[in-house]
Amino acid sequence: MEFFIQQVVAGLTSGAIYACVALGLVMIFVSTDHINFAQGEMAMFATYIAWALIDAGVPYWIAFGSTILIAFVGGLLIQRFILKPLENAPVLALVVCFIALLSIFNAMAGMIWSYTIKPFPSPFPALDLTGHGLVNVRQLGVVGVTLIMLGILTVFFRYTTLGLAMRAAAQNASSARLMGVRVSWMLALGWGLAAAIGATAGMLVAPLVFLDPNMMTGILVYGFAAALVGGIANPAGAVLGGFIVGVLENLVGSYVIGNELKLTFALAMVVGVLLFKPAGLFGRVIVKRV
Amino acid sequence: MAADATSWATKSGFGKMAILFWAILAALPLIGYVRDDPSFDYYMFMGQSMLIYGTAVLGLNLLIGFNGQISLGHSAFFAVGAYTTAILMNFAGMPYWATIPIAAVVCFGAGFLFGLPALKLEGHYLALATFTLAIAVPQLLKYKAIAGWTGGVGGLLLEKPDPPFNLPLSPDQYLYYLCLFVSMLMFWFVYNLLRGRSGRAMMAIRDHPMAAGTMGIDTALYKTVTFGISAAITGVAGALSAITIAYVAPDSFTLQLAVSFLVGLVVGGIASLPGCILGGVFIVLVQNSAQSISDWMKVSFSLRYDVPAWAIYGVLLLLLMYFLPSGLMGGLIALKERLFGAKGPDSTDDPAPQASRND
Amino acid sequence: MGAILEAKGVSAWYGMIQAVTEVDLQVEQGGVTALLGANGAGKTTTLRALCNMVRRSGTTTFDGVDISRRSTEDIVRMGVAHVPEGRGTFVALTVEENLKLAFHTRRDRAAAMRDMDLVFDYFPRLKERIRQQAGTLSGGEQQMLAIARALMLAPRLMLLDEPSFGLAPLIVQEIFRILRQINRDAKVSMLIVEQNAALALELADQVYLLETGSVVTSGPSDMVRNDEALRKAYLGY
Ligand SMILES: Nc1ncnc2c1ncn2[C@@H]1O[C@H](COP(=O)(O)OP(=O)(O)OP(=O)(O)O)[C@@H](O)[C@H]1O
Ligand SMILES: [Mg+2]
Repeated sequence: MEFFIQQVVAGLTSGAIYACVALGLVMIFVSTDHINFAQGEMAMFATYIAWALIDAGVPYWIAFGSTILIAFVGGLLIQRFILKPLENAPVLALVVCFIALLSIFNAMAGMIWSYTIKPFPSPFPALDLTGHGLVNVRQLGVVGVTLIMLGILTVFFRYTTLGLAMRAAAQNASSARLMGVRVSWMLALGWGLAAAIGATAGMLVAPLVFLDPNMMTGILVYGFAAALVGGIANPAGAVLGGFIVGVLENLVGSYVIGNELKLTFALAMVVGVLLFKPAGLFGRVIVKRV
Repeated sequence: MAADATSWATKSGFGKMAILFWAILAALPLIGYVRDDPSFDYYMFMGQSMLIYGTAVLGLNLLIGFNGQISLGHSAFFAVGAYTTAILMNFAGMPYWATIPIAAVVCFGAGFLFGLPALKLEGHYLALATFTLAIAVPQLLKYKAIAGWTGGVGGLLLEKPDPPFNLPLSPDQYLYYLCLFVSMLMFWFVYNLLRGRSGRAMMAIRDHPMAAGTMGIDTALYKTVTFGISAAITGVAGALSAITIAYVAPDSFTLQLAVSFLVGLVVGGIASLPGCILGGVFIVLVQNSAQSISDWMKVSFSLRYDVPAWAIYGVLLLLLMYFLPSGLMGGLIALKERLFGAKGPDSTDDPAPQASRND
Repeated sequence: MGAILEAKGVSAWYGMIQAVTEVDLQVEQGGVTALLGANGAGKTTTLRALCNMVRRSGTTTFDGVDISRRSTEDIVRMGVAHVPEGRGTFVALTVEENLKLAFHTRRDRAAAMRDMDLVFDYFPRLKERIRQQAGTLSGGEQQMLAIARALMLAPRLMLLDEPSFGLAPLIVQEIFRILRQINRDAKVSMLIVEQNAALALELADQVYLLETGSVVTSGPSDMVRNDEALRKAYLGY
């Protein structure tokens, strides 16, 4: 029983990270209707920036904040300079472009910081709370940061007109323009936010898995699974999806298939959800009258 | 995007050009008898790889270029082909040549099966599902329960075949001819497939998915079968790679491999058959010269770092998407048209419809 | 009274195909101008050209300001509301969110809130469906929503593209009654494209007849209404 609870808690912790990655994906999907394959590598690259800052002696939280800011600007610039020319391009061109970004970020991180793994500090102590090694402060911290981020995003999208404008721009660009919405900037803003969320996810992941240029590859797949389970257009769903995927992964990993097939399990989940529940478990089905 | 899809195949002269092209390829190993170059066998090996990658890209192009289904996971089918050959050679003692058709059949099955769920997915979602497949494959190949067959992390070592009938060829010359023969067969097959009714149906599905259904084309069947054939062709390329390298290991079949196929496809040109070979050549050249390109960049831009092949791929993909979306082949054709004014009536203008992102 | 909108020599293209050629057109301050013509005559394209949604040339001035090179968003923000062909509904947003989108560009929040009440006065049906997903509204309701959305921008000029399209005669009557009311009470000038020529002529004071992308006749609406030959030739009644 104790082992079970331990697995669930561990699952919730990794689930929080998947949730973060999923939030970034949802962000880009909601604001641009695209699936960003480079989300993981962007997060990884931002985390290296944080590492470099901390390595240079910048206090943790200042490095944390600056990294988020740098990532935001970086995401904005990527959209303005790299993706904007492809705004009306077919899906294939976009997919190719995302794959290109993925390659570039991965290669650049390896080039600048080498492929040897690095430890990354966590702001939360690994302090045991129950005395049985069940729950520690670090796990709570990760879950907490994720929930705070979800809160901010929910408020932003639901209660601000800027958030509304972003949703409208993604849904129907030409109609949004006719409402005076500067669509192209909304897309850029979406990318900026997604990059900032990704950076946060990266900084939460790194203390758990060590920093290395390939650290996000597997996690991104889980992020996809989480986003899909929750409904790819729904931030709250994505977070819940993240927790579900995290817990399932740990339980299935320890009781059923062992740790070696975790990615295959994620694959099965992605394909399964896409096939049988394309709107996700909590996704609102969008009714379109034709 | 894929300009005029059918005209190239029906144009007179295409067949003759193709025969000439393959004849030249077949003549290349003969240079080895004239020039005494110690690295000639290595060039032959590069030639094999180019043909293999070209064939893999052909499989991918059939799916993406001619049927409009995106796959980022063709490294998986390449792996299935390679492992089928390796396992059959290693455990069943089969001759290498006999494993190739079996690899094709197995990969057709795998592709067909993956094509079934893919039916319900479009655009970004299909890309996502296949992307996940590409990432999951190496881990799956390392799985302990099947390590007895796959060799686990270490992979399987194979025997490099010798030329049969005492042919006066070096092993690498011979393998070059083997690759040439098999890839020619694949191209010939695809060429005929595309020229016929099924080819037109495949392209109709790509261009007008709704209309194709109402025109009485069994869209689902065509799409899954195309997925299967595409996987089979890429799988045959995988089988050839296992034979020529004489070794298979899980970490050769990563997302990176799938990305190189995509690079080859985009470089050569979407929906272009000659472009596939061009793409194959390009992949091998970049992989082989990544080190020298990176050295060159280090010197000329006084960089502190090594520039890896990945980064070159990435930048190239971006540049191509902006400046040459129809690939090298498309660029060459456009150049020819500009130089000789040979414009067909159907290519006079491109009324780039003001497609809004939401329609 | 001067013209609020003036177009001189406006042409428009889709790729290489020219859809509108050298159109001159005016909308009077507080007036209603109708743009009539057969299917494919280029009416929609003309409206799109006026707010720079297609490749175009020629000059357009709005209230004396040259808007030929402004972006669509800027033109809208200056006070030109375009109710597009096909209604442009944001299907996944609620009715309320569709309307509140206007708050994004408006600085005067209080006035905007009042406009929302006003819009609900015009279209009580929308108020009943305020939380409904807009994609589930009926065609007529979506048309009302499109007009309501445009009104939320507090425009000085409305470009209306076939507001009666696909609607039952009774609803068409209602919408035209409301349009007249908006024009009279809120002093919104209008440029209206309509297939229902008789209705449009009733509402409009000026008429332009478009054929294959060019203006063939123009003048006060009475003139067209009373000229049977013209009516028969171009409007079919
Ligand atoms: N997106 C487009 N791409 C290419 N051609 C177009 C496009 N939209 C319209 N056209 C063409 O431009 C011409 C004018 O079209 P437009 O939509 O302006 O006509 P309209 O007068 O509004 O007709 P209707 O009464 O049927 O709405 C037509 O020949 C049409 O085929
Ligand atoms: Mg029209």
